[in-house]
Amino acid sequence: MARKPEKETKVVETTGHEWDGITELDNPMPRWWLWTFYLTIIWGIGYTIAYPAWPLLNGATPGLLGYSSRAEVAKDIAAVDAANAPLNDKIVSLDLATIAGDSEVGNYAISAGGAVFRTFCIQCHGSGAAGSAGYPNLRDDDWLWGGDIETIYTTISHGIRADEDEDTRLSEMPAFGDDYLSKVEIAQAAQFVLSLTGRATDATLVEGGAVVFEDNCSACHGSDGLGDKFVGAPNLADAIWLYGGDLETVTETITNSRGGVMPAWSAAGRLNEAQLRQVAVYVHELGGGE
Amino acid sequence: MWNGIKVIVFALLVLGAAMAANFGRDLAFQVHAIIVAAVAGYMLIKTIAAIGDKPKPKPTGYMDDVIRWGVIATVFWGLAGFSVGAWIAFELAFPDLNFGVSYITFGRLRPVHTSAVIFAFGGNALISTSFYVVQRTTAARLFGGNLAKFVFWGYQLFIVLAASGYLMGATQSKEYAEPEWYVDIWLTIVWVAYLVVFLGTIYRRKEPHIYVANWFYLAFIVTIALLHLVNNMAIPVSFLGSKSVGLFSGVQDAMTQWWYGHNAVGFFLTAGFLGMMYYFVPKQANRPIYSYKLSIIHFWALIFLYIWAGPHHLHYTALPDWAQTLGMVMSIILWMPSWGGMINGLMTLSGAWDKLRTDPVLRIMVVSIGFYGMSTFEGPMMAIKTVNALSHYTDWTIGHVHSGALGWNGMITFGALYFLVPKLWGRERLYSLKLVNWHFWLATIGIVLYAASMWVSGIMEGLMWREVDAQGFLVNSFADTVSAKFPMYVVRGIGGLLYLTGACIMAWNLWKTAIGAGQTAPAAAVPAE
Repeated sequence: MARKPEKETKVVETTGHEWDGITELDNPMPRWWLWTFYLTIIWGIGYTIAYPAWPLLNGATPGLLGYSSRAEVAKDIAAVDAANAPLNDKIVSLDLATIAGDSEVGNYAISAGGAVFRTFCIQCHGSGAAGSAGYPNLRDDDWLWGGDIETIYTTISHGIRADEDEDTRLSEMPAFGDDYLSKVEIAQAAQFVLSLTGRATDATLVEGGAVVFEDNCSACHGSDGLGDKFVGAPNLADAIWLYGGDLETVTETITNSRGGVMPAWSAAGRLNEAQLRQVAVYVHELGGGE
Repeated sequence: MWNGIKVIVFALLVLGAAMAANFGRDLAFQVHAIIVAAVAGYMLIKTIAAIGDKPKPKPTGYMDDVIRWGVIATVFWGLAGFSVGAWIAFELAFPDLNFGVSYITFGRLRPVHTSAVIFAFGGNALISTSFYVVQRTTAARLFGGNLAKFVFWGYQLFIVLAASGYLMGATQSKEYAEPEWYVDIWLTIVWVAYLVVFLGTIYRRKEPHIYVANWFYLAFIVTIALLHLVNNMAIPVSFLGSKSVGLFSGVQDAMTQWWYGHNAVGFFLTAGFLGMMYYFVPKQANRPIYSYKLSIIHFWALIFLYIWAGPHHLHYTALPDWAQTLGMVMSIILWMPSWGGMINGLMTLSGAWDKLRTDPVLRIMVVSIGFYGMSTFEGPMMAIKTVNALSHYTDWTIGHVHSGALGWNGMITFGALYFLVPKLWGRERLYSLKLVNWHFWLATIGIVLYAASMWVSGIMEGLMWREVDAQGFLVNSFADTVSAKFPMYVVRGIGGLLYLTGACIMAWNLWKTAIGAGQTAPAAAVPAE
């Protein structure tokens, strides 16, 4: 196929200006460019007539469509709230233990609780609820204060060591490094704690540690170190550690104590009753619930 | 007499800065006072040493010394800014790369990166090319004697104060306007001097008309002065400390900030660099500008419309609906005026397209115009409220900015540098066109990897954020989106590394050109036609 003949090129004059060897052709503006520009301007005028746009002395032109982004979002939220209101009412009226199994609101409660959890809880407990050092894993069956639904609900509502709630859960282990125990006694106690999970490295220290533990620790943690959920004392014999179970961390915990804090989620209007129940059900259903 | 005054002024500056260093209330302020004292001390010694010297003959011809320094500074800050950028890109993928050292955490290095590439690399490119272009197109020497030197070195001092301040935590936390009050005041002085040099040179011009490149440079200088003054209005907590409190608050502050922020893009990164394009593209292609009419219309339309577009950064926020509407509408009308520059640049090559085959410098310029066209289409599209509802706060925005910054601003600057260095150092040609070609491909592939990975990552995270289940509850947590983005962050980092590698090759090539390596075969400089 023969090549198309070259288009006759019109000779375009330059403007006659010249700077450092640069000249300018006097081409017209491309038509498609100009018309697209005009079209966007016409569209722009139309859009500013339809929507709130031009500022006036008090306020601005409201636009023919009466659009308001705040009204739109309020409408969306109201619609979702209205649709869910009967379900939330039912969740509040039911006995906590029966919510998850309820055919009408069970799945809804777990989904809603998951949304609450992903918004407010994952910052500490992790998006998979597996926790991290200092923040309990919620998927296992090791609970500081108890893992039945009522207890979980109470913990979430009132928090742990939360100043803003007088019914908050309080437990306080002394910082044994402050004049209570000597360095040697702390080393002995630490070795004894490690021995509860079969990991002690110094048998003589364990021997002395048994005495130190019985005298100082057993009141809360129990003689066997099995803990006491009633006072929030952790089980030391189950190889699950909140802050870490190596010798260094255990020594640090005995010396300086620990005092993790969780907000009281019922306080200050943080979560409403339905949300508290939803997230309690969600956590209970994660796998470790009792 | 004049030297006497200078000695007194510099001596007072040394004394004042030393006192400020002694009584300063925070580390950044004290370190900055020491830097200022050192600079003033150096100037004092230099002035005293020059006393009694015979007055030098008044220099004539173009003032190119300051431009040579400007070219060196552009390359230096470019490499610094790209390196920090690549580093923090990998910090996002592998957070442990900050090694727990506060000075090099993402939060502090990020403004170092943005300021280094926009204001240090881009700013030096604009200042030095504008000094070059305005002299050539007015056939006049730079106005104001040593004032041009003051502009250049004063600007470097601004960069050092700004960047070191960020690392020590001195920031007013306004994006692209982080420097604290005293650094802002210094920049104002330097900028006014810049305006005087530029306007004075135009006033002294020997050509009857003012070339289009100079309109754009002038619009850039004037508008940046205006933006800088309004957005940085603040009251210092103490005149001996770096902290200040902004004059605006709440949504007024947000609107002022994004009026500034978007016009920093519009006038610094668009108008200024269009000035660059309007000189170096016709020079390199050796062709006339395509359309004089188009340049007039798109210049005035661009200047008029850009200043309105800022509110599109605040869609669906506390900003009143009417301001959001105007921001969106003006952004869309801005589309064609932006493209006017692209058309004029590309069509200037008509009749010279074959040169793309043989001239990698011209190829770099053409690709930069292509990226300019792409990002000035993407920008108005992202300003549409419904698109913005998906794209805002995601990596899509980061990708958009970088296709403009790496593609347009970076590449047109590389083209201008390849044009300038042989001219400024009196060489026949560049050391190696082959290395320019390597630079071209490394940079282009780097940008494509960067932009593509950020599109994928941005759209993915936008969709994940808004995903709701059948009962209307959000499906994903924020952390879910972060972990999903990891592979894209790695690809982005690799793209940045390629771009940085290309720039290193350029620095080597320009260095060899400047010292006169490989200049024995002038035959190679014959044009391809």
